[in-house]
Amino acid sequence: MLLRIRDAVDKVTFTFDGAAVQAARGDTLAAALLAAGIDTFRISIVGREPRAPYCLMGVCFECLVTIDDIQNRQSCLVEVQEGMVVTSQNGARTIGRDDGL
Amino acid sequence: MAFVDECEMAVVGGGLVGAALAWGLARSGIQTMVLDGEDLDLRASRANFALVWVQGKGLGAPHYALWSKASAERWPELAAALAGDTGIDVSLSQRGAFSFALSRCELDAWRIELETIAEQTRGAAAPYEVLGADETRERVPGLGRDVVGSIYSPTDGHVNSLRLFRALHVGMKARGVNYRAHHGVKNIEPIKDGFRLIGSWGEVHARRIVLAAGLDNERLAPMVGLSAPLKRSKGQILVTEKCAPFFDYASTTIRQADEGGVMIGDSEETHSSAIATNQDISAVLAHRAIRVFPALADVNVVRSWTGFRVKTMDGLPIYEQSATHPAAFIAVCHSGVTLAANHALVVAPQIAAGRLAAELSPFHSWRFHAPQNS
Repeated sequence: MLLRIRDAVDKVTFTFDGAAVQAARGDTLAAALLAAGIDTFRISIVGREPRAPYCLMGVCFECLVTIDDIQNRQSCLVEVQEGMVVTSQNGARTIGRDDGL
Repeated sequence: MAFVDECEMAVVGGGLVGAALAWGLARSGIQTMVLDGEDLDLRASRANFALVWVQGKGLGAPHYALWSKASAERWPELAAALAGDTGIDVSLSQRGAFSFALSRCELDAWRIELETIAEQTRGAAAPYEVLGADETRERVPGLGRDVVGSIYSPTDGHVNSLRLFRALHVGMKARGVNYRAHHGVKNIEPIKDGFRLIGSWGEVHARRIVLAAGLDNERLAPMVGLSAPLKRSKGQILVTEKCAPFFDYASTTIRQADEGGVMIGDSEETHSSAIATNQDISAVLAHRAIRVFPALADVNVVRSWTGFRVKTMDGLPIYEQSATHPAAFIAVCHSGVTLAANHALVVAPQIAAGRLAAELSPFHSWRFHAPQNS
């Protein structure tokens, strides 16, 4: 479990898999999720195993989530925003299901 | 006297062609050594598009059309034999494949080529269908409006070519092949009862040899009375993040690998020796792919790479036994994946028996040396 060094002053709220999560403005989404005690961000594609952020600097692609319906986003490179709808990335992304394919 | 390694058969090159032949030779009971080069050598075996492809091959060369078709038909036997030796599933999928036409003119050109191949092979070439826009869309969901039609051939398919590469190497080991990495061959000298193969690592004596060294065949072949004139052909590929299955077939330029990544190819540059990818070409590849499957526009590309095809002057393979040194053979080809089944199951046993069959004589390099009448 990760602890914040100081309490968040300017707070934002978003959802992860339907549950409300509070974060400090300026957090990366990955940091906000980790600080909220979430340790499974996605299920891996080939091995179907739980995964969490590893590098936290945009290289390893372990922290993928779906943000506002856009799949496979690197949560460590995205700043958390008020009202974001975030879901865990369950296996491989789909191609084009919602836009006519 | 210094100790020198000896073997019955040395295969020069451990790529898809060399490994398929070495594994096949070992299955034929020949004591085989593979002398492979460096990791960073130009290796088509790691850069290829992984198609088991017949459609459109062999225009003006019916023997090549039939050779490719025969290999595609033998592929299930190869996949099963490799699984038996190694437990590795190479994910062979032969559900058929499409060539998607983005203009009427493109479709007509392909149709004429396939008709010509069918004629030249007297109907023995692989079957195909020419489909209009609506028929194509009925079979393949998600196509863009720019697709005006397609060619479909049930013979075509694809495989996980990296796993094929690994399976051949595991299979070689299981069959007792003596594989040596970092053993690039600098020189080959014919000696009594065989050849000296010389590199910076030392030397090996082999009673018989097979050259399967890809691009380096051109340099090595003349040392033993063979010939392999090659031309430059650089290809470039884009690979996307892994996606849920969306396209069950294969195509000339788009295929979805068994683990989900979408591969987008394949360009050809004939005047570049740079190993770097070219962004302008990546853009063209991506643009064409999006015209075929518009939803690919949202998918992230995670890799791109280039490779150099092993391409002879006419694009056809060379299989040859040296006239001056009959214990030396050569196998040169562009389609190391498609032809892997033929190489392992047909060519290797022939080399083991000491003689290439008559069906391979049209692949002799003398076709490049005919007198030029102008």
